[in-house]
Amino acid sequence: MANNMYKIGVDVGGTNTDAVVLDQYDQVISAIKSPTTSDVQSGIFNSIKKVLDLSEVNVKDIAYVSLGTTHATNAIIRRKDLSKVAIVRICLPAGKGVLPMAGWDESLVQAIGGKSFLIHGGFEYDGRPLSDELLNYEECLEIFKEVREEGYDSIAVSSIFSPAKDLHEKEFARLAHEYLGEDFPVTLSSEIGSLGLLERENSAILNASVVAVAKKAANGLVEALEHLGITSKVFFAQNDGTLMSLEHAIKYPVLTIGSGPTNSTRGAAYLSNLKDCIVADIGGTSTDVGILVNGFPRQSALAVEVGGVLTNFRMPDLISIGLGGGSIVTVAGDDIKIGPDSVGYQIKEKAICFGGEILTATDIAVAAGVAEIDDPSCDPTRLNSLDPSLVTKAMDKIEKMVLEACEKIKTSPDPLPIVLVGGGSVIMPAESKSVELIKPEHFGCANALGAAIADASGEVDGLWPMEDKTREEIIQTAKALAIEKAISMGAKQDTTQIVDLEAVPLSYLPGNVLRVKAKAAGALQL
Amino acid sequence: MARFIGVEEIEALAVGAAVLGTGGGGDPYLGKIMAQEAIKEFGPVTLLDPSEVPADALVVPVAMMGAPTVFVEKIPNGDEALHSLRRLEDYLGKKAFAVMPMECGGLNSTIPFVVAARAGLPIVDADGMGRAFPELQMETFSVYGVSGTPMVITDERGNWTLLNTVDNAMMEYIARGVAVRMGGVGHIAEYPMTGDEMRRTSILQTVTLAIELGKAVLESSKKKVSPLIAMEEALIKSDYGKPIILFEAKITDVDRTTAEGFAKGTVNLEGINGSEGHEFRVDFQNENLIAYKGDQVLATVPDLITFIDLETFKPLTTETLRYGFRVACLAIPTPPIMRTEEALKVWGPKYFGYDLPFIPVEKLNEGMIVNGK
Repeated sequence: MANNMYKIGVDVGGTNTDAVVLDQYDQVISAIKSPTTSDVQSGIFNSIKKVLDLSEVNVKDIAYVSLGTTHATNAIIRRKDLSKVAIVRICLPAGKGVLPMAGWDESLVQAIGGKSFLIHGGFEYDGRPLSDELLNYEECLEIFKEVREEGYDSIAVSSIFSPAKDLHEKEFARLAHEYLGEDFPVTLSSEIGSLGLLERENSAILNASVVAVAKKAANGLVEALEHLGITSKVFFAQNDGTLMSLEHAIKYPVLTIGSGPTNSTRGAAYLSNLKDCIVADIGGTSTDVGILVNGFPRQSALAVEVGGVLTNFRMPDLISIGLGGGSIVTVAGDDIKIGPDSVGYQIKEKAICFGGEILTATDIAVAAGVAEIDDPSCDPTRLNSLDPSLVTKAMDKIEKMVLEACEKIKTSPDPLPIVLVGGGSVIMPAESKSVELIKPEHFGCANALGAAIADASGEVDGLWPMEDKTREEIIQTAKALAIEKAISMGAKQDTTQIVDLEAVPLSYLPGNVLRVKAKAAGALQL
Repeated sequence: MARFIGVEEIEALAVGAAVLGTGGGGDPYLGKIMAQEAIKEFGPVTLLDPSEVPADALVVPVAMMGAPTVFVEKIPNGDEALHSLRRLEDYLGKKAFAVMPMECGGLNSTIPFVVAARAGLPIVDADGMGRAFPELQMETFSVYGVSGTPMVITDERGNWTLLNTVDNAMMEYIARGVAVRMGGVGHIAEYPMTGDEMRRTSILQTVTLAIELGKAVLESSKKKVSPLIAMEEALIKSDYGKPIILFEAKITDVDRTTAEGFAKGTVNLEGINGSEGHEFRVDFQNENLIAYKGDQVLATVPDLITFIDLETFKPLTTETLRYGFRVACLAIPTPPIMRTEEALKVWGPKYFGYDLPFIPVEKLNEGMIVNGK
């Protein structure tokens, strides 16, 4: 990348679209915030244009643009523009006890217009076929016929134990493309999630329902970039803190859900130059506390609901508390309450230091001399009448709330530094007696930065019987598979390494079956 | 009195079953959905009080055995355990009057409802473990002389076999091997018995108890108040003892050993909310087994030891325990039928490899029975 040296990172949030330009050493050249627009695209266009102008970088020297977006989430939550999905479960003779979309909200079932097909196939945990080694072609053809006749836009296919063996899903997709056209969208559950058929299938169905919306958005985005003269590669941030190509993001848009908090965690780590730390992202209303382990956000063990549907997305493990810059402070006797109510982004009208009448966390921090607000409409003298002991107590409480959430997310008792990011982090002091606090430069744009510096990754999750292989051999196989996947996702071979490994024997099953989850990541191959 | 169990009761049952699951027994989520779907299709299930079963009527416990991780991936068809029941009936030449759970903790609390709804049979409000245990001979039925076999085990493809073994330990050993060959999960009908035998050898009213405990937890998560008072009310009505909060603490370490094919390990905790300065420890092996304060034993298996998340008040399985969780460690004294000498041989601390006598949790914590806090 001799001439193409710069990277652009963009993060689309609920309120702001942040953008940064980084040089080849990942140093921040320029960073801006501009309002998110209702069509999202023009907001992205505006912010990229602004940040580029500010950086004075030639568009020809942009190596790539990476984006964290919320298109997919919004479409699902609003039940808008969703595709009509044919749901295929390759499971027979098993899998009939709970049919697809069981427990879904009726409005979402309607919006997707889903119809389910159960066909023969899938595998046991040890790789033996449940039915035949090969798919039943006639069953597949019947589905394709109905898809064509009934006008389905998209197919979601899941097969039993596909995270360990995806043969049948892949074969089904190949046939679908043969009969319905190369471009017909087919979502493979094995590309999305881990063990647990129902949740993985749910995720695949959601994905199949938003592929059309995502494709439109992606095309619009590429067009917008072309308008700006940018023809470089485009990547999308995934919820696990790595990037995927534009082509992959068009096929698997649900993987972008939840990328925001992940990006801020990664960005914070980069800004503070740490691989293991706690990150507190303080906004206007709430604080998200996450933890970075070996450079990646630790993922939640709990199932995640999207639009009321239980999924198995790889979401970062977060603890959210109702504390932010706009949190309302109320006093009743000796008891001080901060949040969860907040003035939100109306802080510049409502907070006392800005001339409003509501006591907020920001007012407390300004009165305590902790926050310095670089805005002419902010006047600290408006806070002169506040009782100093109240200010001290409220500051103690703010600090305690943040530190308790940080303590809770930790995985070991060893001390870990805490990095503060987000616009609301002005309410926290930069130092504490009990822990190491870091408030890095550019703390406001950690999200966009996190998107810009991300790697590519690959993951495996499967069950292996230890009958003919040792534990070590199985782990080696899983590691090799993860690395192979990461490279296929765009990682550079020589930089790719295992970043996460978990090997647990199955409970209540003798014969020593090992469940191994492995994840590999590496720098992007440009 | 007989009553109907619908979709809502199953929701509560699944939560209560996780309390009684003492950290193990498998996540009841998929089983819950299966039971709810079956009830939606075939109608509510009649729950019979044990006293309502005729003396000679045939009662059959039904369940799944094997790895919950496989169960949630290879979703069953829902009729496997019913198939086992039917083949057992064929062999015995007698129709079942009712089914019942063998285990009221975890996933297996829900499976009999799938069978009952499909077969139009009632469920008896009783079980054979009063909690969750890992093996088939660890049932009160077995302890008090009921033969586990003839037993039938069926898989999703329709493979099935009938087992007749010399004792219940051999039944467990052979059936476990069959379940492995069936792909990790088998669906069983076992311990066929008469109404009288059921009343003599079961822990009574445990389905009702699980539903009541579940309601207590769901209500308290909504209102953000301790579920203990409502739990206590439900437990006092049952054969169990008064619940005890052994301690409130923060998890400082979860040490999972990966040997021997068991989900084995230790949770270390540091006291909070009045227990500051004390170190606690809970050993688990699928289920929570022994709780300690320093070197002092606070509770042992078969008394129930369950972690309740102090934020959501929901019960936690051992798989989800992690550093930083703030938990209440809840102990529930098991019913007398679980504590006899012959019963303790099967599931006392010694069976799990501990050189400890069983001392009832209420004795170990005499004078510290607290409520609410």
